[in-house]
Parts: sequence; C-alpha cells; structure tokens
Amino acid sequence: MTFEGLAFQALDGLASASSLFFVAAGLSLIFGVTRIVNLAHGSLYMLGTYIAVTLVTAMGGAGDAFGFWSGVLAAALIAGVIGAAIEVVLLRRIYVAPELFQLLATFALMLIVNDATLWLWGPEDLLGPRAPGLSGAIEILGREMPSYDAFLIVVAPAVLGLLYVVFARTRFGALVRAATQDREMLGALGVNQALLFTAVFALGSVLAGLGGALQVAREPANLGMDLSVITDAFVVVVVGGMGSIVGSYVAALLIAEVKALCIGIGVVGFAGFAVNFSKLTLVAEFLVMAIVLIARPHGLFGRAQVAVRGAAEAEAEMEAPIRPASRALALFGLAVFGALLLLPFSARAFPYALVLGVDVLIAVLFAASLHFIMGPGGMASFGHAAYFGLGAYGAALLVKWFAAPMGLALAAAPVAAALGALLFGWFSVRLSGVYLAMLTLAFAQIVWSIVFQWQEVTGGSNGVLGIWPSAPFDRLAAYYLLTLLVVAVGVWLLRRILFAPFGYAMRAGRDSPLRAEAIGIDVKRVHWLAFALAGTVCGVAGGIFAFAKGSISPETISIGRSIDGLVMVLLGGVGTLSGPLVGASVFAVLQDFVMQETEYWHALLGGIILVLVLAFPSGLVGAFLRLTRRRRFL
Amino acid sequence: MSAPPATPKPPAPPALAVGHLDAWYGAAQILRGVTFTVGQGEVVALMGRNGAGKSTTMKAVMGLLPRRRGAVRVYGRAVSGLKPFEIARLGVGYTPEDRRIFSDLTVLENLDAGRQKPRRFADGTPAPTWTREDLFKLFPNLAELRHRLGGRMSGGEQQMLTVARTLMGNPLVLLLDEPSEGVAPVIVEAMADTILELKNRGLSILLSEQNVGFAEIVSDRAYLLEKGQIRWAGTMAELTENADVQRSYLTL
Amino acid sequence: MNGLIVSSLSKSFGAVRAVDNVSFSVDGGEFLALIGPNGAGKSTCFNLINGQLVPDAGSVRFGGRDIAGSPARKICRCGIARTFQIAATFASMTVAENVQMALIAHEREIYRLWRRANSFHRQHALELLRRVGMHEAADRPCRELAYGDVKRVELAIALAGEPRLLLMDEPTAGMAPRERRELIALVKALIVERGIAVLFTEHSMDVVFAFADRIIVMARGRLIADGDARTVRNDPRVQQVYFGTGRIAERSGSAA
Repeated sequence: MTFEGLAFQALDGLASASSLFFVAAGLSLIFGVTRIVNLAHGSLYMLGTYIAVTLVTAMGGAGDAFGFWSGVLAAALIAGVIGAAIEVVLLRRIYVAPELFQLLATFALMLIVNDATLWLWGPEDLLGPRAPGLSGAIEILGREMPSYDAFLIVVAPAVLGLLYVVFARTRFGALVRAATQDREMLGALGVNQALLFTAVFALGSVLAGLGGALQVAREPANLGMDLSVITDAFVVVVVGGMGSIVGSYVAALLIAEVKALCIGIGVVGFAGFAVNFSKLTLVAEFLVMAIVLIARPHGLFGRAQVAVRGAAEAEAEMEAPIRPASRALALFGLAVFGALLLLPFSARAFPYALVLGVDVLIAVLFAASLHFIMGPGGMASFGHAAYFGLGAYGAALLVKWFAAPMGLALAAAPVAAALGALLFGWFSVRLSGVYLAMLTLAFAQIVWSIVFQWQEVTGGSNGVLGIWPSAPFDRLAAYYLLTLLVVAVGVWLLRRILFAPFGYAMRAGRDSPLRAEAIGIDVKRVHWLAFALAGTVCGVAGGIFAFAKGSISPETISIGRSIDGLVMVLLGGVGTLSGPLVGASVFAVLQDFVMQETEYWHALLGGIILVLVLAFPSGLVGAFLRLTRRRRFL
Repeated sequence: MSAPPATPKPPAPPALAVGHLDAWYGAAQILRGVTFTVGQGEVVALMGRNGAGKSTTMKAVMGLLPRRRGAVRVYGRAVSGLKPFEIARLGVGYTPEDRRIFSDLTVLENLDAGRQKPRRFADGTPAPTWTREDLFKLFPNLAELRHRLGGRMSGGEQQMLTVARTLMGNPLVLLLDEPSEGVAPVIVEAMADTILELKNRGLSILLSEQNVGFAEIVSDRAYLLEKGQIRWAGTMAELTENADVQRSYLTL
Repeated sequence: MNGLIVSSLSKSFGAVRAVDNVSFSVDGGEFLALIGPNGAGKSTCFNLINGQLVPDAGSVRFGGRDIAGSPARKICRCGIARTFQIAATFASMTVAENVQMALIAHEREIYRLWRRANSFHRQHALELLRRVGMHEAADRPCRELAYGDVKRVELAIALAGEPRLLLMDEPTAGMAPRERRELIALVKALIVERGIAVLFTEHSMDVVFAFADRIIVMARGRLIADGDARTVRNDPRVQQVYFGTGRIAERSGSAA
C-alpha cells in the first residue's frame, strides 16, 4: 500500500464521517437536554434516506439540481417534524420515568417505525439518483474521488461550525446548556421549557434526517439502516463524550478513519500469516472505544454527568429488603417444579407442550441471568444476547469443527460466554446507566458482526447446522428433563448467591457506590465478577438452546433477543426476585402463539412494550404485589 | 405604612394573595390550607422550623409542585393553574434555597437566562427594570466575575447571582427562599441590605427565614408556619416582643 | 504519632487555588472542626484527605503512611471511616443488614457465595446499633427511616470498620437543631469512649462552639486560624471573612 493510497483512504474516511457525525451530534444533543437516549434516532436517519429517495425522484431525479437539493432539505425537515411529533406525543409522558424505561420506549418506537417503513416502502432496497453537478469525480492524489464525497467532507465542518456558534454564542444555546442541568429552574425563570425541549428534539431529528438524506446519493435506502447507524452513533458518542458536539465530530472522524485505514491496508502478510485488515473494521472500532474508555471513561470531550434537576425525581418505588421465600412460596415453587417434571406424561395429549416447555425454560434462565445484574446489580445490559450467542456458538462450533460430544459442547458454552463477559464486562462496569446500556449494546453488535462476517468459521448468515443432542437426549422428553434440571439449578444458584455476601455487596454497590467504597468494597470488581457470572449462566442457556434447535444463526446474538430479555424482566417486574421467571414464561408463551401470526410482529412487540412502559411500570409481579400487599413474601 | 392616596380608589388587590393552599409530595400532604397576603411594596417573612413547609409554600406558589390545590393570585389574577414559566412571566421571581445556578454557564449567561421584558405595576407606573450593568452596581462582586463559570463561584457569590438572575426578569413580586441559609455572616449582612434596597424600589417580597435576627431587620410582617399550617400572623415588631410565640414555633 | 498529619496540601482547579498550602493535624480522641465561608476550600480539603481528589502537592499522613490519592476503599483499610453530607446508606437493605454489610466488608468476606449474608455478624451489628440508639429499628428497611435516624445508622456503619479517624462532611446538614445537638453529642461521647480522632466541617456555629475541641478556619483556600473556640471567635481575620460585624445575630428565636 502506497502513501498516496493510504491518504486517499483517509479522505474517503472523512466523507463517511459526515453522516455519522450528523446522527451522533443529534443523538448527543437530544440526550444532553432531555437525558433520553433516543434509540429511535437511527429510525429518523433511515426515514431521512427513504423520504429523500421518494422526494428527489418525484422532483426530477438526477437531472434537476434544485429538485435534488430541495428534496434533501425537505427530507431533513420532515424528519424534524416527525421527531417533534414523537417528542410531544410520547416522550413528554416518560421524562419522569426511569431511564431504562425511556430506552425501552424509544426502542419500541424504533420497531414500530421500522415496520411502518416496511409497510410504506416495501422490503426492497431503494436506490436514489446521483446528485446533479456532483455525480462526477475529481482527481486527488492520482485517483478518482466522487465529487459528492468531496462535498460531504466540506459540509460536516460547516455544520459543526454553525452548531458551535449557535450553542456558544446565542441565548438559545445558553438556555439549551442550562436545560441540560436544571430544566425546572429554567421554567421558574420564565422560559417555556416544553417548547425548548421540542425545539431541541426537532433540531436533533433534523440532523439525523439530514445525515440520512445526504446518504441518498451514496447508498440505497434499506431497512437495516436504523440499527446499523444507531450502533455506530453509540460508539461515536461514547468515544466523543455524551453531550459534546465537538466530541461527536472528532470521534466520528476517528472511527471513520480507523475503519477506512483498515480497508486501505487490506491483506497484509505477517510472518507467514495473511491478515485481512478490511475484515477487522468492527474489531478496530471496538479497540478505539476500549482505549478511549480506559483513558477517559466519559469520552474524549465528555464529563461525568450530574443528575439533572427536575428530571426523574419521581423515581420508581424503592425496592424492599429481600427476604428468603416464605414456606408458602417455597412449597409453591416445589409444586411448579413437580408439575414441570410430570409434563412429559402429557406429551401424547399435547405434543407441542414439550417444545414450548424447552423454549420457556431457556427464556427463564436467560431472563434470570439478565435480572441478576439488572435488578440487584443495577446494570441494565442492552446486549445480554451476546453471552447467549457466545454460549450457543461455543457449543455449536465445537460440534461442527471438532465433532465434540454433547456433554463437552454443553460444558464449553458457559466457558465461551464467561470469557466474553469477562472481557466486555470489564469495560461495561466502568460506566453506568445509559452509558452502560449503550456500551453493552455496542459489544453485542460487535459479537454479532464478527459471527456474521467470519463466514469460514461461523457459517455467516447461514449459521451452524446439525447440532443434535446425543442419546439418550435425542428424545424430546429426555432433553426437556435435562433442560428443566439445568435451568432449575441455574435459577436456584443465582438466587442463593443473591442472598449471600456477594449478592449483598453487589446490591450495596448499586444502592450507594460511595458508601460501598467507603467501607472497603471494590464496587467495580464486584460488579465485574457479577457481570461475568450472569454472562456465564446465560451461556448455559445458549448451549441448551443450540442443541434444542439443532441449528443456530446470528439471530441468537441479535439486538432483538437482547431486548426480548429486557422485556421479560420488566414484564415480570425488575424489583422482585420471582418477576423474571414469571415475565419470561409469559413472554415466551406469547411469542410462540401471537407473534408468529403477523408479518408486522416487530410493531406488535413495540406496541406491547409501550403499553408496558406507560401502564405497568412495575411489571406483572409488581402489580400483583401492589394488589395483594404481600411483597415481602416473594 | 405609606401615606394614604389623595383620591380614594377601590382597594387594589395585594401583590400576592394565597388562599387555602394545599400541596403534596408524593402521597404526603405537606401544606394544609395555607393563607396569607403580601401587600404592594411589603416584605413579608414566612417563618418556621425545618420541614414546616416554607420552601414548599414557595414552590407551590411558583407552580413547581405536581400536586397542589388552592387559590394563588398575583395582583388579583389567578395563577394557580398555570405552569411555572407562565407564572414567572406574570412578574413573579423565585430564588430557590439551594440557588440552582447554572454551573456550566458564565455569570453573564446565567443573567441572560433570566432575562424578561420590562413590566408595569398594577397602577400603571413602570416597575424597576434591571440590566446587567444595573445589577453589577447592586452586586459589585459579580462585576469582577462576569466571565466566571457559575460552578466556579463560592456559595456567597452564587447567592448574589441567584438573586441577580431573578431580577433580570424584572419581577414585581419576589420569592426569596432562605437567603441567609448556609452563607457566611458577612454575606448575610450584604443580603439584608439588598432586600431593603429592593423594597425601596417598590418590589413586594416574600421571604422564607428561620433566623429571627435577619427577619426583623428586613421584614414588615411575619407568618409562622408549623406542620404546613399558618399558626400565627402579625407585624415583625409583635413577633420580636412575643417570646411565647417564638418559643412555640421557632425555638428548639 | 497516631493521628492525621496534613502538610502543605495544595490543589488547583484551573487558575483557582482551591486549597493553598494547608497544614494541620488531628490527634486521637480529638474533635476538630473545619469551618469557613462557602467556597473557602473546605470540601476540596476534605476530598483530598478522603481520597476522592489527588493533591497537586503536599501529603496526608495517617499512621505513618502517606494516603493522599489512594482510592476510598484503601483509605478505609487504614482505619479511616467517613460520613457523607447527604447520608449514604444502602436503601434496599434493613438497618441491621446495612451494618452487617460493613462488617462483612471489614472482615473481607464479600466474595462468599453460599451462606446467607444476614447470618453474618448479626450480634455485633446489633451492639453497634444499640450504641447509636437504633437497635429497635434493626429489622426495618433503611429507606423508611427519618433522616436523622439514617444519620445515626450511617454512624454505626462507619464504626463497623473500627476506625481510628472519622471524617464527617457537614454531619448535621439537613437536620433540625435539636437532632443536630443530639447527634454531635453522641459523636463526642464515642470519641471519648474509643479514642477516635474526628475531623468535621460544619456550618452550624452553636454545634461547633459547644462541642469542638479545636477549630481551624479556612478562607480562599488558606488556613487563617487554628485554636480553641475563644481564640477563633476573637480573631479579627475570622470575623472579617466569616462572622461579619455581628449586626445580625443568628438565632432561631429568643433564648427561652
């Protein structure tokens, strides 16, 4: 690779950084003021592209410069209007909700928007016209660079400068900065904060829409854009520092450059090995983030966030002290276990019961392991599927490549998950709240991408086929009983640990990190080990899953599965120990029966999440307890 | 008391009239039927022990509590259903007990955040308006710090800034929540001088205070709160003379 | 030397010298108050001693070791406990479990995975709670307690580590005057009984003058006075920066 070649790749990176910067800046801006991490921000980006394709095509396509640019701008503005509508209709209702609920609500929105886009524009990728006047190329460093890319390189710093002036020099900017700290006081000074919030949300949405609309001449509109851009934007925002516009720009550049250079370097021989750097882009992104987080936990330009005044002060009801199960509950638990043991005898009457039973049990272990860190640990992982997937792939790949027997493969599942959880957890526990959520989500996406891209080993999108249990577990009833036993032991162990000093230390670190450190608890270490433990148990669930299905695909690591876990925990109630068990059972049954009935089940799931967040914030078990006032027995 | 006007007019409504005010934090009722008035140009002290409901009363007047009930009138206009920013725009200025300076904003930006249009009193005469330069004259310390970030100021300086920021809104009625709390005695003295100056310029002031020493220097009348109810009302002179009342509602 | 020795401690934030060459010491059994106007550098000074901030210069020696800049959990291991301005306890645990947690941490048992935590050191926890007058509330959830009681529980938690030095940042903030006096009287009794050294910051002058053995005064980052109540009260510099002319008496009612 020549120097000119690398320099040219660097320029290409600059062009890619532009759209990423717009999206990340908008995300960061909205977070700064509303303290909501808007997962649906990627949807606004995607809508920006789709709307631009439609408008630009309708207004004369590539032949008409005025039509093209007004179409792009109109798409950005429409995204702004949609954003403002989202703020007014939905987000205003959840500003006082716990941040986890806010994340879920915006995720629900993302699901709904995605299905709405599918319904409006169809599943096919849509190509937009080239930009009039910029469809050619200019020669730089002896190579052809698309003029449009050159245009993008210039437009990002221009927007950055504009934003900087607005925020540093105008009263509006000062008010926005004031609102990030104390919105209630701003109201008492005569500022209409509701309007200010809507304005900021609209501005952030315009930025996302603009980022998407400008992509119209670069890539086809497709339904995967929302998720892929929001993951990248998360990494950018974490690296740049939440709330810093300049940070977003620098980080977008950094990430885009590192990726571009990896592609530019291509295949390099090292001591006889050929390393293909262009496949390492995601790993490189991860490395950049890891290095930045070690050096500066709040990002390059970020600062520790202070609690915002007038925000979530009506926090969720505090959790009661945990108590061992009452006699009645213990008997009830045993009775349920006994009934489940007898389930195989009903197989003749209900042949589907055992299949469903295995699904439900796997869901229960998945949810229980997530609840372990999320409830008592206070670490809401948005990427718990990573450890499920590592477990599943750990087992499946052993079978595929080494023809390992089932016992060995099942034992390897938690080991693979534990290694991943130890690595990712080490970074994750350094952050908290929404930062932790974003980081765990980004890690899960990275695992997903590696599995997806490393086709030679993992089978890529086809996954791994033919992982069947060996005798005697090749009979469904036997496999069901194995699953029941493993899940019961797993759930019981997690529960036992919660009552032991380690579980208390984890809760102590959640309740009051200051106090916990002051009495000598290494809170990060305790939370790290807890994270690894939860990942390990989740890996067990993944291993069982692989053999239950006979084949696995990257879907086991998808964000959708991570979110399913969150919904299960919240459905049951995060503040109770039995909540995740109930939530997982209800959810798994629902999914089996209802979700497969409709093509738009994403939207349906989104709707369920919204109802849950808005109407049952303490979950089914929480609502039941409130009804019966017997919380301390569970 | 000022001299009676030359021509008799219908009695003007007080600057602030609060009637039967109830307020809640969550499920707990904090205020029970609080009733009081602040006349035009008057300084009224709302006194009582910690937790008696002084700050809650101010927040309830300002519309900062989600759940409140009762009548709040500003120059006769009912404001109890309005949002905080709407109440502020009617000329009610609020300085909170914990100051709530915007720490990432400079002194100048903090002042700009409070800026509102000029106003007139109920009788049509122009009310005092404040520019940044006026306030730098009133609080000379702030003038030297104009580019300092709010978060980098001492508590006493922040206390001045929070009052100055409220004055930028050209208020007619001022709610001062514990201006003497948690600052050094020298600052307390400066604060007392400022309050008397504002009274001279015609502002009507409601002051929450625990310190009788401070209240007696600046206030005309006082109301004593206990457990969210008004237990005593009278002039400041009556209060300073009445050791029994002080013992019952203030001394610990 | 058993106590805390702070020498030439300095810390700047940008151009502001928050703590400027401050030196003082606290002996075992001594109740030392740190007072001064807001922004004088009290909190910064405090956070330099408890490890939350790393000093630019100077040392904080305790028991012969320089502890400046060590993480909080290491400082705790040296025999230093602290209470916070806003009491920090574990809200999802009972009162007794709060103290048991501290004892478990002190005994380095937090990585135990099997036995129930609330069976560890229960008697010892109850004794500590009895000492602060909270044993009757032992099995109540900590989040249900009145604020003054939470402060007492926090004190029991601090005592669980058998500290030789206790750092108290505005221990009576947010408390009613009667509660203030009772809490500080309790602390004073503990100091005498256990020979603990205590450094505390405080705004309530009645508490300081009634209980502190010695008072140090900070202003604009510097130490401007060090002595007993009478010396400090009569110091003209202290009067100028802190007490003022005395024109406005601080009282919550006429003395009855």
